[in-house]
Amino acid sequence: MNDVIAAIRQTARKLLEENQVDLIIGFEDGTLPLCSSPCFIRNPDDVERLTWDSSCENNLARFLPDRKERVGIIAKGCDSRAIVGLLQENQMERDKLVILGVPCRGMIDRKKLESALEGKEVLEAEERDDTILVKGSDFEKVLPRADLLHQSCRVCRHRNPVIYDHLIGEKVPESEEVDEYEDIKEFEAKSAEERRAYLTNAINKCIRCYACRNACPFCYCRECFVDNSEPQWVGKTIDPVDTELFHLVRALHLAGRCVDCGACERACPMGVDLRKLNKKLEKDVEERFGYKAGLDLEELPPLATYRPEDDQEFIR
Amino acid sequence: MDKEEKKEWEPRIVAFLCNWCSYAGADLAGVSRLQYPPNIRVIRVPCSGRVNPLFILRALRQGADGVLVSGCHPGDCHYLSGNYYARRKFALLKSLLEYVGIEPDRVQFSWVSASEGSKFSEVVTEVTEGIKALGPSTKLVKTKPKDE
Repeated sequence: MNDVIAAIRQTARKLLEENQVDLIIGFEDGTLPLCSSPCFIRNPDDVERLTWDSSCENNLARFLPDRKERVGIIAKGCDSRAIVGLLQENQMERDKLVILGVPCRGMIDRKKLESALEGKEVLEAEERDDTILVKGSDFEKVLPRADLLHQSCRVCRHRNPVIYDHLIGEKVPESEEVDEYEDIKEFEAKSAEERRAYLTNAINKCIRCYACRNACPFCYCRECFVDNSEPQWVGKTIDPVDTELFHLVRALHLAGRCVDCGACERACPMGVDLRKLNKKLEKDVEERFGYKAGLDLEELPPLATYRPEDDQEFIR
Repeated sequence: MDKEEKKEWEPRIVAFLCNWCSYAGADLAGVSRLQYPPNIRVIRVPCSGRVNPLFILRALRQGADGVLVSGCHPGDCHYLSGNYYARRKFALLKSLLEYVGIEPDRVQFSWVSASEGSKFSEVVTEVTEGIKALGPSTKLVKTKPKDE
């Protein structure tokens, strides 16, 4: 793992010193272990701040739209797919972007870690191949890595960056056997009343803080439909109908674009199960239009194109 | 009309009709004196591709019991391909509504050309009957419809 950090720093330093980029977007250590946060580096002397571990969960592509500088960006599988999506949507120029692709083994869900430790505070953490050693003031525990991963990481099939200029470290094997839609299929099999009850309950937790929207790399609209006042599409209160409308439309807006990076769910302070909606649309898009977001720069996004033979059984 | 009949609930259906085909089809139904239920409130849009799924959800929120979107047949779009794009969006919307447990049949789509006045009246009749069978919309309504 340290080799990766060294390589990231070395590449970042080179890019800045040779003036290939103005800015490096990467991760630095947070104040607590396993709590890395995004950082922005403009000075080659600061590259030592850059780090890499299993808590580099943010999707850094979020910081790309509207940026005028030439950017070097650290990209995991999902970040790189988001970058592909943003490039397809002409949100930036490819030649102003240097992508430092870092293969990813899945990121740790802090909530799972906390519950595994029953809320005890981690003061030190050491990552090993398949386990993580965590130490606190009065405990020391070795936890299996696989149990701590985010759901989206657990079923991820694109751990290696799909687009990059510099590959940092070695590619990791992709897990082919996982069914990324297992929980969605299970949910679809329930009755309409059960689904309704579950989702209404999930959505009612929402306090409309829009953290999900602000964390999402694809929510870059200058004016979001929820902020429109003329016409006011959706009320601004936490009325259950307005909240549901917000989530349904946001999910629709992400159809064929969402790369399941999990940024929205991580950002959500209320633990709303946003993935249930987004992943469903991802599944529908894949099944109906044979499209998977963020894999191919040349391909048109599914709602920006069509096939004359598209299914229209539902139309009279 | 006797009192019983007056009290019977009638659905309110918002119909987005494309200017070039379905609106003209509705017009033809009218000038041909074809009968269809008076439950639809027509909104004329330039193309079915103009219909954002948000319009449909918003109509339901405002208390519509159903929504009908109608455009030109595939291949006949005045703008060549607007209805093809629309078809993709609507497929996703319909599937999502079903997924979240809202009756997907409240939202209906049809292709009606300018010469299909009779098809238009049939579609409206069928859609109205279907939505009548579902009863008043309750799931995504913010302002509950006022009692008649």
